[in-house]
Amino acid sequence: MSTLHTVNKSPFATQTLLSCLGHAKSGDAVLMIEDGVYGALSGTQLADVVGARGNELSLFVLGPDVAARGMEPGRLIEGIESVDYAGFVDLVAKHDRTQAWL
Amino acid sequence: MSEDIKKFLYVNRKAPYGTIYALESLEVVLIGAAFDQDVSLAFLDDGVFQLTRGQNTEGIGVKNFSPTFRALGDYEVTKLFVERESLEERGLSEADLQDVTYEDEDDDWAEKPSIRLVSRAEMADIMADQDVVLSF
Repeated sequence: MSTLHTVNKSPFATQTLLSCLGHAKSGDAVLMIEDGVYGALSGTQLADVVGARGNELSLFVLGPDVAARGMEPGRLIEGIESVDYAGFVDLVAKHDRTQAWL
Repeated sequence: MSEDIKKFLYVNRKAPYGTIYALESLEVVLIGAAFDQDVSLAFLDDGVFQLTRGQNTEGIGVKNFSPTFRALGDYEVTKLFVERESLEERGLSEADLQDVTYEDEDDDWAEKPSIRLVSRAEMADIMADQDVVLSF
């Protein structure tokens, strides 16, 4: 049993990503979408906190949201996987429930 | 419980009046209550501000919907989980929350508290135990 968590807010504006990471359980997936993709940037204040959960959580970004914001894929925290919209659907189907962090 | 009863969790993470999320959540909970599901409410992060005592919205011209939480028991919504860490981070304790109770039909209609304080880890377990999670 596992959960797909989606986060759509910048972690520099709200506590949403931190709250999500504080409640996600081992084996869950976290997909950053919309402004949430800023949480996937390397070299930020939060990068270590996010990257540290990469061992027990599967971390994803929605590629089109990354591209829209001009973020080079090379700037993402290592281990974060990019998915397209079909990949988003696959993640929803793969997990038992989806929890949106707004 | 029959097979088609699902566990629904409404997750409340927003303070009550700055945005419409909190009121919308409560509306959806009341609508959903008609469907005989196993409903729980979670209050964490700024969502804990929704349950504080003494809200008075006369001066801002919007409805004070905080008393509505006390009606949830009549709709068999009796599990309001409040995250202890979220309260503490905001300088609040259980005493700052309004009393929300329900009458337990399995216990001679004894009046019991609906608000249950849980740790962050317990909240994570509650979230992982649901069929459907609706976020506000």
